[in-house]
Amino acid sequence: MSLATIELAGVAKRFGAQVAVQGIDLSLQEGGCVGLVGHNGAGKSTLIKLMLGLLRPSAGTVRVLGEDPTGGASVRARREIGYLPDNVAFHPSMTGAETIGFYARLKREAPARGRALLQQVGLDEAARRRVGTYSKGMRQRLGFAQALLGHPRALLLDEPTTGLDPEFRLRFFGILADMRRAGTSVLLSSHALAELEGAVDRIVVIDHGRKLADGDIATLRAEAGLVPRLRASLANGQLPGWQQVAPGVFETSCPEPDILAFLKALPDKAGSVEILRPALDEVYAAILQGPQQNRGLGPSCAARFRVTAPAGPGESPGLRCRELHL
Amino acid sequence: MNPILLIANKEIQESIRNRWVVALTCLLAIFALTLAFLGAAPTGLVKASALAVTVVSLSSLSIFLLPLIGLLLAYDAVVGEAERGTLALLLAYPVARWQVILGKFAGHVSILAFATVVGYGTAGLVVSIVSHSDAAWPSFALMIGSSVLLGAAFVAIGYVISVLAGDRGAGGGLAIGVWLLFVLIFDMMLLGVLVADQGRMITAGMVNWALLLNPADAYRLLNLAGTSDVRMFSGMSGLAQQVHFGVTSLLFVMALWVVVPLSTAVALFARREI
Repeated sequence: MSLATIELAGVAKRFGAQVAVQGIDLSLQEGGCVGLVGHNGAGKSTLIKLMLGLLRPSAGTVRVLGEDPTGGASVRARREIGYLPDNVAFHPSMTGAETIGFYARLKREAPARGRALLQQVGLDEAARRRVGTYSKGMRQRLGFAQALLGHPRALLLDEPTTGLDPEFRLRFFGILADMRRAGTSVLLSSHALAELEGAVDRIVVIDHGRKLADGDIATLRAEAGLVPRLRASLANGQLPGWQQVAPGVFETSCPEPDILAFLKALPDKAGSVEILRPALDEVYAAILQGPQQNRGLGPSCAARFRVTAPAGPGESPGLRCRELHL
Repeated sequence: MNPILLIANKEIQESIRNRWVVALTCLLAIFALTLAFLGAAPTGLVKASALAVTVVSLSSLSIFLLPLIGLLLAYDAVVGEAERGTLALLLAYPVARWQVILGKFAGHVSILAFATVVGYGTAGLVVSIVSHSDAAWPSFALMIGSSVLLGAAFVAIGYVISVLAGDRGAGGGLAIGVWLLFVLIFDMMLLGVLVADQGRMITAGMVNWALLLNPADAYRLLNLAGTSDVRMFSGMSGLAQQVHFGVTSLLFVMALWVVVPLSTAVALFARREI
């Protein structure tokens, strides 16, 4: 059974009258990866700072690797925590190699380990250049490299993909996958839900300091009330009950569990059928708007219609649907 | 390596890259050489020690310059790093907050000590070679050592400002205010009180103790009235008879002016949210 590396229970943080986060419960297991999603100012960075002990909770408890991060004992625990801050900054007059060497020594690691990490993030050729000459993406890579120092058991990454090119973004998620296989827990904050698909096993949506949703992507899709759409393209003919969105193109909504049965029932000569699942950004927007039912194209067509047979002789070609009066 | 030494080393490295070390050393050397030669010019006629006169000139300069340098080095240490975003990253490492303050202090005082010893030392060496006088070397060495101590006191005060300030601008303003308070306003206020009192309630002993409430005044007492070969040229022979504190006591007071603000900065930083 995997152990919790990070646990937050009923955490709130207030700055005077302003409530930054409230009533947050969150746990992260060994090898797990949680995506913390919210718009700018939603409270993501505040939560990460609470986990690092940079802020004290106004209410609730925070435990990271079994320690209170604001306590004296947390200093040792921080050897096993990697952190990449939002808009990471380094001293501009130091070279990349000097910077990673400094942080490596702070974690009781040999500077050679720092150089290996620079190579891993593709900065080995720029290692002798001053950080002041680095692009935003290069600084982000350097920030990611320092977060990997010390073989961390918990990685807290605040907006880690900002400024990364698509090629390195893939490599970044590859490195994260390797770390997770080795048992590292990863908390990844982002305001772009779409890029987290496939990289995280759970998503927590934060809005105005409150947790709106917590679950895997399929659960969030279901919670958002967004139903996948099926799009059928026909050479000619009509589909009763389907919505025509273009000449010969029809759409209907279909709940995820019914899609397979629905597709099996479609005739071979029906033309092409596409499944249009709600994009993650739509899911995120729907969660922010609050719970609503059936955000798809009206009531679920898969519940009301069942394709019974291919088009028979004399009938118009295409899909034939029979409405079921339930 | 110990985190304190690592942080101190980084501060020194950054200051070398920023040309802070070179600029400070050159500034102090130029001031010291100028004052040494201009101030010690008439010593040949009055048979005074050129080095002793240089101590008087340099002490008067140091009272203004070293507190300013100390505050400039330190006021940015916490609030500046917090604003640039480097402090949050540093504190996410296995480093205690008191180690961060002590590491920065060790680095900043090393820079200050290097600049003072090399800058003033060069002037002292040149003066003693040119004037063939070395009798006042102990006073000169005391002046250099206490100048470093004076700078260190203001570095420590600068950290208190840096921890308390909400942003760099406020920190800079506060640092200038503190500098004015200790090098100008404090003495003017004391003088104003003495004039108003006309010797009715305030005794010489009370003035002595009041002077210890300002590290710049403790430094002044130490260097201008503390040693016999200097007080004659500083115009403080009369004052020296009224001063109750010896060199050791004054050095102890100056050391307290380092320890107390530094401990305050550590205690405040431990509670500060980043």
